Amino acid sequence: MAQNAKPRLAVWKFSSCDGCQLSLLDCEDELLAVAGAVEIANFPEASRAVGKGPYDLSLVEGSITTPHDAERIHRVRRLSKFLVTIGACATAGGIQALRNFHDVKNYISAVYPSPEFIETLSKSTPISDHVKVDMELRGCPINKYQLVEVLSAILNKRKPGISSHSVCIECKRRGTVCIMVAQGIPCLGPVTHAGCGAICPSYNRGCYGCFGPKETPNTESLAAQLTGLGVSDPDIVRAMRGFNACAEPFRKEGEAHER
Amino acid sequence: MPGNDSNQRCVTFESEQLQSLLDAVQGRGYEVFGPRVRDNTIVLDRLSSITELPIGAGTDQNNARFRLTSRQDQAFFSYTVGAQSWKRYLHEPTLRLWNAQRDDGGFKVDANQSLPPKQAFVGVRPCELNAILALDRVLLHGVAADSAYRSRREKTLIVAVDCGVAGGTCFCTSMGTGPRASSGYDLALTEIIEGDRHYFVARAETELGAEILEGIPHSVPTEAERTAAENVVASAAAHMGRTVDAANIRDLLVRNPSHSRWDQVATRCMTCGNCTMVCPTCFCTTTTDVTDLAGEHAEHCRLWDSCFTLDYSYIHGGAVRSSAKSRFRQWLTHKFGIWFDQFGQSGCVGCGRCITWCPAGIDVTEELAALREGNPPGNCPPIRKETPRGNA
Repeated sequence: MAQNAKPRLAVWKFSSCDGCQLSLLDCEDELLAVAGAVEIANFPEASRAVGKGPYDLSLVEGSITTPHDAERIHRVRRLSKFLVTIGACATAGGIQALRNFHDVKNYISAVYPSPEFIETLSKSTPISDHVKVDMELRGCPINKYQLVEVLSAILNKRKPGISSHSVCIECKRRGTVCIMVAQGIPCLGPVTHAGCGAICPSYNRGCYGCFGPKETPNTESLAAQLTGLGVSDPDIVRAMRGFNACAEPFRKEGEAHER
Repeated sequence: MPGNDSNQRCVTFESEQLQSLLDAVQGRGYEVFGPRVRDNTIVLDRLSSITELPIGAGTDQNNARFRLTSRQDQAFFSYTVGAQSWKRYLHEPTLRLWNAQRDDGGFKVDANQSLPPKQAFVGVRPCELNAILALDRVLLHGVAADSAYRSRREKTLIVAVDCGVAGGTCFCTSMGTGPRASSGYDLALTEIIEGDRHYFVARAETELGAEILEGIPHSVPTEAERTAAENVVASAAAHMGRTVDAANIRDLLVRNPSHSRWDQVATRCMTCGNCTMVCPTCFCTTTTDVTDLAGEHAEHCRLWDSCFTLDYSYIHGGAVRSSAKSRFRQWLTHKFGIWFDQFGQSGCVGCGRCITWCPAGIDVTEELAALREGNPPGNCPPIRKETPRGNA
């Protein structure tokens, strides 16, 4: 790889808070190595110098919420050899997908004095609803080590070591005792995708599900356990409606407890 | 039971001497690990003083529930097994196996050469002792022999403690692994509290164990003290929270892959993998490679894995066990059944951790009883004789 021209990297933003792309700048120790290994061709958050496409690797942050973005993502796809979505917005619609449960027109008229200037879609949707995505990196925000791992794997032509099992396995490997069993604290860990390193349970907080549903999640069984711990239906709905509210398993489980 | 002790050095010492015992172990260069109260439970961690033990702590355990309780006495070992098992210190959760560095036209591999320290486990329960012996069978011998395990295991001193209390999810009597430590230890203690007197009856199985006992103030156990020790264990045996009918259990499982109970339990199983992580005998691992961005440096690491993940059964084209039903059935059938084919014994030691720490509250004893109900003995494939085998 070193002999060839450096792969060209582009970072794209759609509806999002910028937190995930900032994870790249947040790499600190690894940032120089990243800059050495790839040509950062298009990353407005880092540099005004924008190199033209095509790009070998595109990191896409944010969800699709406007007609303009719904067009733009196709251009990004055409320019990108390999497209990786980063974060809960890009992979599940993000926190802004809470609009999907209501009529967005009511929000617009409540928030903006001149709603006629606002052009927005009725739903916030993940990138994969619009174009083919080669890989998704979960989290709100993403874990910077996972980002470096994906870059490193792509550069070295190997499979990225990104697991889709539960957060529980991360808790157990690091030696964190289950807070749900030992303290009765509600936790989404058993249905949530690993990747954060099980941060919250290590601080005596239940998992918030930032990384979205794990592989084969059984949210119904977890909801039954939460009910047993005294969690009310409205609170189960709130637990399911976080940053990944419109990830299918969480959306369905939330709706099941809404009536 | 007492017959086993005929060749053993057996002594009595007062509870104040427990620190002397700890000092004697540490004085021989061992890093001591034992039970401590942390995170609202009992964990295993470094131990420097007996004051760090869970003094006066009891445990209340049931499906998906663990609570610490307070006892009226100053017992050191009246809790039942905590959140973690000793496999953490023998078969580490994460381990770097080797790393490689690119050099002129090739690469150079460095194996992980770090030598583990001598370690002493204090407070090993009889079920846990049997779990260590089960791991020995898999990881010390046969095709799955593991050098990392061996290097730690060979430097491990074991101080077992018989159980005087049984927990709500305990079923060691059903699995024949407790509540009294029968063999495989250096030292085994029975803790006795009688009114104002608090003492231990101790037995040594190894020379090292006998030497340690010799070095601390002790007396020869009286008949009354020996009887008191037997009564402590008998009391635990009489209060098991769970039971399993272990007769022909391997055949029961092998004969019933299509039982409707598997569908029922699958509605509750979250495939989170907690049962396998807390199980003291689940030994499966996966490996992962890490490279640096420049491609100059690579590391090959081993991590605890679980048969409840999709990746575990991934072969060319997809995962073999995609449903929760197939994964739970695989785990239970292996643990209580196919272990006999592979390793000549059950994989379950009856510690009850999988029941306590399953966040969905699934109880293996209940599942096994349901499988047995209305299920007369029948024909099934005989146990294969090609033991021991490798990975599950």
